[in-house]
Amino acid sequence: MAFYSTNEFKGGLKIMLDGDPYSIVENEFVKPGKGQAFNRVRIRNLKTGRVIEKTFKSGDTVEAADVHDTDMQYLYNDGEEWHFMHQESFEQMTATAAAVGEAAKWIKENDICKVTLWNGAPLSVEPPNFVVLKITETDPGVRGDTSGGGGKPATLETGAVVRVPLFVQTDELIKVDTRTGEYVSRVKE
Amino acid sequence: MTEVSSADWRPNADLTAIRARAELYARIRAFFSESGVLEVETPILSRAAVTDPALASLSTQVDIAGFGPKRPLYLQTSPEFAMKRLLAAGIGPIYQICKVFRDEERGRRHHPEFSLLEWYRPGWDYGRLMDEVGALVRLALNRPTMPIERLTYRDLFRDGLGLDPWHTEVDQLRRTAERAGLRGLDGLDLDRDGWLDLLLTQCLESRLGRGRLTFLCDYPPSQAALSRVRTSGEVPVAERFELYIDGIELANGFGELVDAREQRARFQGDLAFRREQGRPEPPIDESLLDALEHGIPDCAGVALGLDRLLMIATGVEHIDAVLTFAIERA
Repeated sequence: MAFYSTNEFKGGLKIMLDGDPYSIVENEFVKPGKGQAFNRVRIRNLKTGRVIEKTFKSGDTVEAADVHDTDMQYLYNDGEEWHFMHQESFEQMTATAAAVGEAAKWIKENDICKVTLWNGAPLSVEPPNFVVLKITETDPGVRGDTSGGGGKPATLETGAVVRVPLFVQTDELIKVDTRTGEYVSRVKE
Repeated sequence: MTEVSSADWRPNADLTAIRARAELYARIRAFFSESGVLEVETPILSRAAVTDPALASLSTQVDIAGFGPKRPLYLQTSPEFAMKRLLAAGIGPIYQICKVFRDEERGRRHHPEFSLLEWYRPGWDYGRLMDEVGALVRLALNRPTMPIERLTYRDLFRDGLGLDPWHTEVDQLRRTAERAGLRGLDGLDLDRDGWLDLLLTQCLESRLGRGRLTFLCDYPPSQAALSRVRTSGEVPVAERFELYIDGIELANGFGELVDAREQRARFQGDLAFRREQGRPEPPIDESLLDALEHGIPDCAGVALGLDRLLMIATGVEHIDAVLTFAIERA
């Protein structure tokens, strides 16, 4: 089992606390001139995303979390679990709906995702920054309007709903920024 | 902290801050020259080290004829011991501007190598020295009318948190910290002084020295460090003060302990505590104890962090902004 001393604390370091993996968001070293030194940290629970505060006595050690990121290809969803494949080893892994989370709105078969593994199992899934998806349903726009002021909702093949300009129609492919959930452009087939 | 890149040859501080340091040092030297305090220089390396459990010394070795087998030499955490030996030799009032080194300290206000102004006033008590510190800092910041106040450690905790730091138990201190909104304290194992340090730094410090110089004084005896303890009043108090400006701790001063026997007992107490904690036990400074045995005048002394004073003078939030090259670029 690996341990980190508070001297090794920095943003992004992965540690274990009460059985959950956390990532350090912010670390502040506090010390009176003639007294006890502290590390006041803000840490993110990698399972729930919740950020909490924690105070350590400087010099204390904390267990390291075996957490790392790897690129994997999304294969399919069997109705319960999501199947991914490692690009080089071709090893396959399954992720729960909780681990896939919001990424479920954006990914389709063969997309390359960033999968965060904890003790070798998927903990969370990050979709590609940009995805191209087909519109399955949207109201016909007003002919001649090309500015798209205001826009309209469009349902995508994955079930996600994004706002698109009025001139974009059902069955067209569009590019979406998954970080903001916003329409970027139309894509020609 | 900085990423390693090709811009790393550049200074951390901008040129204005580098020039401000030169100007600050000139003002300090003029101040002491006018008041008849002598500038001295003492070694950075010492055969002995500070025993204070809150300080971690760096060490090195020298390879020279006649020095015996390689022994560690410790980099000073402050020039206090050497300057007290000069006081015992009868030098009179002295000051020094020097580099000091403290391992394991890095943050927004901490850098393992930093600059200290330290001075001693034989025949003065710590109250008179507080007045002089106030005058010097006003001059250094070019704010001649900046208000000055004194506040005792006991009153600060009584008024700010409704507790008496002399008589409050550990579990009560923990509850006070939780009630004050500090989170993530479960699993934190601290002694009474540890909890007081946490409450001071997290709940009280930021209010100190708002637009003024606040001298926090008269500490619990367990936090006396190298100050004398006065037992005449309601409770025993350490004749120690700290100066705060804008919530930043800037200086630490003492009515100096001059009793050799008491000093040796404190060193040994520190070492016993270090042994318990599994921390290194450096050699005690026997030369200092010999000097105290020989006799040093009653005096008051203070150490002031020059990098932090520059941070306040130039209005920056991070110590790196006043350093030519922070340790990651050194």
